[in-house]
Amino acid sequence: MTQTGLKLALLGTTLLAAATAQAEDVTLNIESWRNDDLPIWQETIIPAFEASHPGIKLNFTPSAPAEYNAVLNSKLDAGSAGDLITCRPFDASLQLFQKGQLADLTDLDAMANFSDVAKSGWSTDDGSQTFCVPMASVIHGFIYNKEAFAELGLEPPATVDEFFAVLDKIKEDGTYIPMAMGTNDQWEAATMGYQNIGPNYWKGEEGRLALIAGTEKLTDPEWVDPFRQLAKWGPYLGDGFEAQTYPDSQNLFTLGRAAIYPAGSWEISGFNTQAVFDMGAFKPPVPAEGDDCYISDHVDIALGLNAASPHAEEAKAFLDWVGSPEFASLYANALPGFFPLSDAAVELEDPLAQEFISWRQSCASTIRSTYQILSRGTPNLENETWNASANVIRGTETPEAAAERLQEGLASWYAPQQQN
Amino acid sequence: MRERKAFRWHIPIFLAPAVIVYTAIMIVPLFATLELALWRVVDGATEFVGFDNFRILFTDPRWSESFWNALGNNAWFFLVHMVVQNPIGVALAALLSSPKLRGAAFYRTAIFIPTILSFVIVGFVWKLILSPIWGIAPSMLDAVGLKALFGPWLGKEETALTTIALVSVWQFVGIPMMLIYAALLTIPEEVLEAAEIDGITGWSQFWKIKLPLILPSIGIISILTFVGNFNAFDLIYVTQGALAGPNFATDILGTFLYRTFFGFQLQLGDPHMGATIATAMFGIILAGVCLYLFGIQTRLRRYQF
Repeated sequence: MTQTGLKLALLGTTLLAAATAQAEDVTLNIESWRNDDLPIWQETIIPAFEASHPGIKLNFTPSAPAEYNAVLNSKLDAGSAGDLITCRPFDASLQLFQKGQLADLTDLDAMANFSDVAKSGWSTDDGSQTFCVPMASVIHGFIYNKEAFAELGLEPPATVDEFFAVLDKIKEDGTYIPMAMGTNDQWEAATMGYQNIGPNYWKGEEGRLALIAGTEKLTDPEWVDPFRQLAKWGPYLGDGFEAQTYPDSQNLFTLGRAAIYPAGSWEISGFNTQAVFDMGAFKPPVPAEGDDCYISDHVDIALGLNAASPHAEEAKAFLDWVGSPEFASLYANALPGFFPLSDAAVELEDPLAQEFISWRQSCASTIRSTYQILSRGTPNLENETWNASANVIRGTETPEAAAERLQEGLASWYAPQQQN
Repeated sequence: MRERKAFRWHIPIFLAPAVIVYTAIMIVPLFATLELALWRVVDGATEFVGFDNFRILFTDPRWSESFWNALGNNAWFFLVHMVVQNPIGVALAALLSSPKLRGAAFYRTAIFIPTILSFVIVGFVWKLILSPIWGIAPSMLDAVGLKALFGPWLGKEETALTTIALVSVWQFVGIPMMLIYAALLTIPEEVLEAAEIDGITGWSQFWKIKLPLILPSIGIISILTFVGNFNAFDLIYVTQGALAGPNFATDILGTFLYRTFFGFQLQLGDPHMGATIATAMFGIILAGVCLYLFGIQTRLRRYQF
């Protein structure tokens, strides 16, 4: 009751406000699943934009993450969706674009600030049209306990051999669990394991695009090698890692019981509040000294324009601003761990986030190999990869057998993989 | 001349509310699901394919492997309940109905309480108890010197399903116990007294007199267990997630249906194949119930006092 009363009151005030503010002011509604970000939008982003763009008001209206896709689809179908749409990466947004519900933004000036990898999550398969302005990505790597490393006299490893040497030393010493990861939830094994270390083997975009084109197969050595690495991880994980869940792993690390955590950068803000020790990060180790390095810099969130919006001009002005360095720096500092995708250099204050983003200078970025196009059929390659990675770490399936099974599944429905 | 009986309007009027509600929320959706299974999306258009979805589900190795795996796991899940839950339920009821037992009301309540807990609570509590990192199971076993017996049971393919089935047994053992307990209470004193006069007491009284009298209740419990187990989903979803790990060792028809129908992560939902699985589940349960109704229940002897 009070809820609806409050809503009515709010509605009343907005109506009044709209009436008094004359017809010049245009209010743009933003649809989003990031309800965690509401304070950031209201306190930082919206005031900054409104100060530089008089006449345009913003209204950020997030819904619950799990319901977002369904809510958004029904709002779009009913014509009641907001002017600006926060875009999920890949097929979910592509579908909306193909249905004509998201406008084509290829010609937006701000698009020049983004690389092809950054735009890949919101472009058509051939990359000719882009329909959302990329906002943020997450980067994979390893976060480590600096105090534990100092205690044991360890240096962050750069190559695979050094990586295992470090793990061996931690294990020998016995004070810490070498690495905090479990296979119970499966996605950790695939996302923080396979997709984390893999790009160094399949050479990032080169391998990913070759897989989509059908010129490489999942049974090729560059795709099996990451599994061979994962197969060696088991002994370094905690006792009973088979039943260890994702929150278990996070707690093991932040409580200081594990020394290394295979991570995604989204952990940074949570770990900063939980862990009492200093943390550092190192990028996925390369197979041999001097090899080029590749990082998974996975596109995660973007902003698009509702094709039915009556205020397309104003919305485009806002989207141009979202693509600007000013927005990138506001957003990245408000949410450490979610990195701006624009090419502009951004100053980050959080040291851990700085470490992660610095890898972009020395390594080539790619996105998770299974996300674009390859997970459209049955069996679903992403889900199969979760299962295969967990199996390989647990040692119940050999790397070769897992790769064989993934390839067979992919080739069963994906035409470019069926040739030869 | 006989007067024609007036149509008895009160009968349809009294039946109407139940019939209308039941039709709207049960019968129509059921047939809509069955119908959904006969269609498929081909190149963006929905096409009528008859029973082809079923052919794919049962014969295409991409689908049938998951299906038979889920069905096999489901059968094992049911078997564990039949072998563990129901005998324990009967035994508990027999103990509770013993007039010499003190504090029967307390035991009855304590054993029944897990049944009214939410799946989510039961799932998370047991996941914590059995956690190799924080759980109390390893330290308790350690205290009695049996630490070597402990393993990450929920994470191993060989043990995960049995572990979850036993958790489910722990949760639901109260239901057979209550039903059997009620059945035991309805056995008239005279029958038992007559048995005692004939020299049948103690365990032989239970086997020879009480058990035959509660057999119909055991039959009902078996069928409830069967229907409940083949519709199960929640406990596995809570403890192991929708991918029913490790390596689909705990995948039952319910989780398989969920993944297919609603999609999971990058896998988009496929309502048509999902409905096909739902129809297959419906068929399996229908067949099981019919088998019981016509094969067993009609042969059970009933006693009237």
